[in-house]
Amino acid sequence: MAWAATPSTYRMRLAPDAKWFVVGAAVGLAAWLALVPLGFLLWQSFLTPETAEHPAQLTFDNYRTAYWSVETLRVFGNSVEFAIGSASLAFFIGTVFAWINERTDTPFKSTFFALSLVPLVIPAILFTVSWILLASPKIGIINIAVQNLFATELVVTNIYSMGGMIFVDGLHQSPLAYLLMTAAFRSMDPSLEESALMCGATVLQIARRLTLKLVWPAAVAGFLILFLRAIESFEVPALLGLPVGIEVYTSSIYQAVQSYPSDIGLASSYGMALIVIASVCFYAQSRMAAAVEKFSTVTGKGFRPRVMRIGRWRYLAAATFATYLAIIVVLPFLVLVWCSLQKFYVAPSMAALRNVTLDAYRAVFDYPAFANAVWNSLVLSVASATVVTLTTAVLCWIVTRTKLPGRWLLDNLASLPLMFPGLVLGLAIMVCYLHVGIGVYGTLWIMLIAYVTRFMPYGMRYNAASMLALHKELEESAMMSGASWGVTFWRVVLPLLKPGLTAGWIYVVIVSVRELSSSILLYSPGSEVLSIMIWEYWQNGQSVELSALGVMLIASLLCLVLLERFASRRFGIADPAV
Amino acid sequence: MTGEAWIDLIASIREAFEVVLIVKSLCTEYPGDRGTAIQAAHDVSFTVPDGKLFTLLGPSGCGKTTTLRSIAGLETPTSGEVCLHGKVVFSSAAGVSIPPSRRNFGMVFQSYAIWPHMSVFQNAAFPLEVSRRKPGRKEIADRVMRVLRAVALNDLADRAATKLSGGQQQRLALARALVMEPELLLLDEPLSNLDAKLRERMRFELKRTQRELALTTVYVTHDQSEALALSHEIAVMNEGRIVQIGSPRQIYERPCNQFVADFIGTTNFIDAQVIEETVDGRCRVGTPVGALNAQCLDRLPRNEAVTVSVRPEDVELSEQPPEGGDRDTVCVGVVDAKAFLGEHLDFHVRIGDLVLLARAHPSLRTLVGERIFVRMRADKCIALPATSAAKA
Repeated sequence: MAWAATPSTYRMRLAPDAKWFVVGAAVGLAAWLALVPLGFLLWQSFLTPETAEHPAQLTFDNYRTAYWSVETLRVFGNSVEFAIGSASLAFFIGTVFAWINERTDTPFKSTFFALSLVPLVIPAILFTVSWILLASPKIGIINIAVQNLFATELVVTNIYSMGGMIFVDGLHQSPLAYLLMTAAFRSMDPSLEESALMCGATVLQIARRLTLKLVWPAAVAGFLILFLRAIESFEVPALLGLPVGIEVYTSSIYQAVQSYPSDIGLASSYGMALIVIASVCFYAQSRMAAAVEKFSTVTGKGFRPRVMRIGRWRYLAAATFATYLAIIVVLPFLVLVWCSLQKFYVAPSMAALRNVTLDAYRAVFDYPAFANAVWNSLVLSVASATVVTLTTAVLCWIVTRTKLPGRWLLDNLASLPLMFPGLVLGLAIMVCYLHVGIGVYGTLWIMLIAYVTRFMPYGMRYNAASMLALHKELEESAMMSGASWGVTFWRVVLPLLKPGLTAGWIYVVIVSVRELSSSILLYSPGSEVLSIMIWEYWQNGQSVELSALGVMLIASLLCLVLLERFASRRFGIADPAV
Repeated sequence: MTGEAWIDLIASIREAFEVVLIVKSLCTEYPGDRGTAIQAAHDVSFTVPDGKLFTLLGPSGCGKTTTLRSIAGLETPTSGEVCLHGKVVFSSAAGVSIPPSRRNFGMVFQSYAIWPHMSVFQNAAFPLEVSRRKPGRKEIADRVMRVLRAVALNDLADRAATKLSGGQQQRLALARALVMEPELLLLDEPLSNLDAKLRERMRFELKRTQRELALTTVYVTHDQSEALALSHEIAVMNEGRIVQIGSPRQIYERPCNQFVADFIGTTNFIDAQVIEETVDGRCRVGTPVGALNAQCLDRLPRNEAVTVSVRPEDVELSEQPPEGGDRDTVCVGVVDAKAFLGEHLDFHVRIGDLVLLARAHPSLRTLVGERIFVRMRADKCIALPATSAAKA
């Protein structure tokens, strides 16, 4: 049998190839997105405010104002107090419920696990607003109810306080803490505990000398993530802290930018402080995560964690879990629904029940900017999700598949935006494109850039997981079959990654729709998105319309989350926790 | 020149023309930890004649898969040359490296790498669809069905690839490699993922297909019986280097050092010392059990320390004194232990301080502790240099 010979183009070493163009473009994009705004931010932090009379001058004053005044000490103290408080509360709640659900024989475990993911879809701003409606001293339902019931003037709860901020933010982060700790408990090899049991150790000894020590790195890493999230949090400090003068870094940045003339230099130096804090946390977190990996020895076979029998307590545990879910999901949502059905906000009563109306929904639909905001949100979220997914697919491919020197750098580069708090990223991008005159400032494009930068790390996490699960030989066999790199990537790699890519894509859509802290510094009339519209409603005191919009937004995000769950469960992709 | 020399010369010239694949001093490195380079294949050279099956055999980590992947172009060697049909496919000196997608080599991977998002037909049609001179739809269908029929998968053409059993996946991987009518077929442990029974059957299938198509093939395996059963020629590799190249029989019966003797099959090693060197590859060595006649490949000087290798099936046992030829060694031992393994019986025979493993027919029923005669033929005892592969 004669075998056909190939054509005679035999001398082509590293000929220009589609591969290198695509790879180069992806690397360039990642580097531009991650590094350039940071550089501009640093540069701007050394300049005085630019006004019509005075051009900007080089100065250290911003840092002096930001770090050598009593005011600053207060901001720093508030930030740390708020972040530690919120992280501790979230961590405590999350750990308790994770332990109950993973290590005891509490009933309805799988239902609880599924439901605990629901709160993740409620945007922080809506969560905060709903708690204002519930617990503010003047209009809060809780206070009014108590006052009516006992005929007193006593204010039971004051949400406008450090305690209130910690409570709301801690509650809002607690589902994330729950997820992190669930993962930690699950990755612990039960045979380690079992072998200790066979050695004759008591349950208490095992808990103290084994379980705690094994779960320790994961717990510290989880706590650091929560701390990071709290210190970056913008909505809660802005809505609850600013009215009563409790300032943290994020709200100070916002104040500095919104003041007239806006003091971008000062905001930038605050921003640098946040980035430094975040980097330290992030570094410590990654060290801890490395320790977690060393400890987790799950082989995947016969994995059935030992479950503690807690007898009658199991019903109490289940009831507590149900109450918790009611507090963080049902209660806020119901308050928003109630509020959205009124003409103006009143506490629930029989009298108010008679005035139920859909006017608020009508008002939202009639609002001139509504259609525009929906369209903007839709376009932005779909576009950013698509760009993020495709870019990070190529980046992940380079990191996991090639032996290119410096590919670890690329991984870090693409994950760098994790260290930018949303508000700081917005600030950096604002500064950057004020000076780089490519005409994106004040358009949807600048917001797209911000979203893509901000969510690139999420895309990396989603893709890296599925890329690692993809056997290398699947690609190599395509190459041996005569397919070029482009054809292999398009016809083999991408289709095989599709489930993971889809889940990641939907996830980025969800977080893009929720995004507020970057958008708030970048939007301009005409480029408002839904979260900005909610923010504006709040600034105008239109809480009824806000609630109506919020109810619709939560409902549609919920549908998206269910889709994402479906996509990732079907293909067994774990949630990227951060 | 004598007539015989002429015949030899003509034969070697003819062979040179028939050689399809030439691999010349190939070196491939991997980046290791902390910037060091790990030499995975070192100075690997061999040739494969037209239509022959050549096997790279060795323990895991010996560099056999790296060598195969270097030929495929999936790894870039640091130096060396690969030529196919006289055309340079890779050459570090000339700066030539054809990408794997242009080499037109068929390859079957250890994991089979069947694409789960395609059907059986689509998997097999892929190489034709992506080829630069893409045939028409009808021709693709014809060629795919022909190759699927050859591996008896034509009835399953529309089935999802994930619904195939292990053996079917292996055949589909082979079909996919064959459909492009490759100039060279590369097989990377294609049978190692199958269970024992199926492996044996597929071994014969594979051999039949290769022999029928007379397709030049490089085969990688760590399974010595697979290598012995399939190959025209075997290269035994260890620690990145080729240790010995030869036909299956040569490799088994005339191992060149302790590593090969030990890796291929089972063997007894007896420490010895050369007493007397005789001509034509024979020698006489002193061992703890007395003097022994043996074969040697290299010339061994007197008093050189050597190791004698003798296969268990060549340690002949009998209850009655055997009639030995003048070059055979006969001695008396005691049965130390024995194990019944069904098709044969393993004896541990103690002769002085030495314990030999012997493989006998199950009909031999000598009891443990009883006396037994041992005979070893001179041409089955191989004297190997003691130093060459002591680490193996």
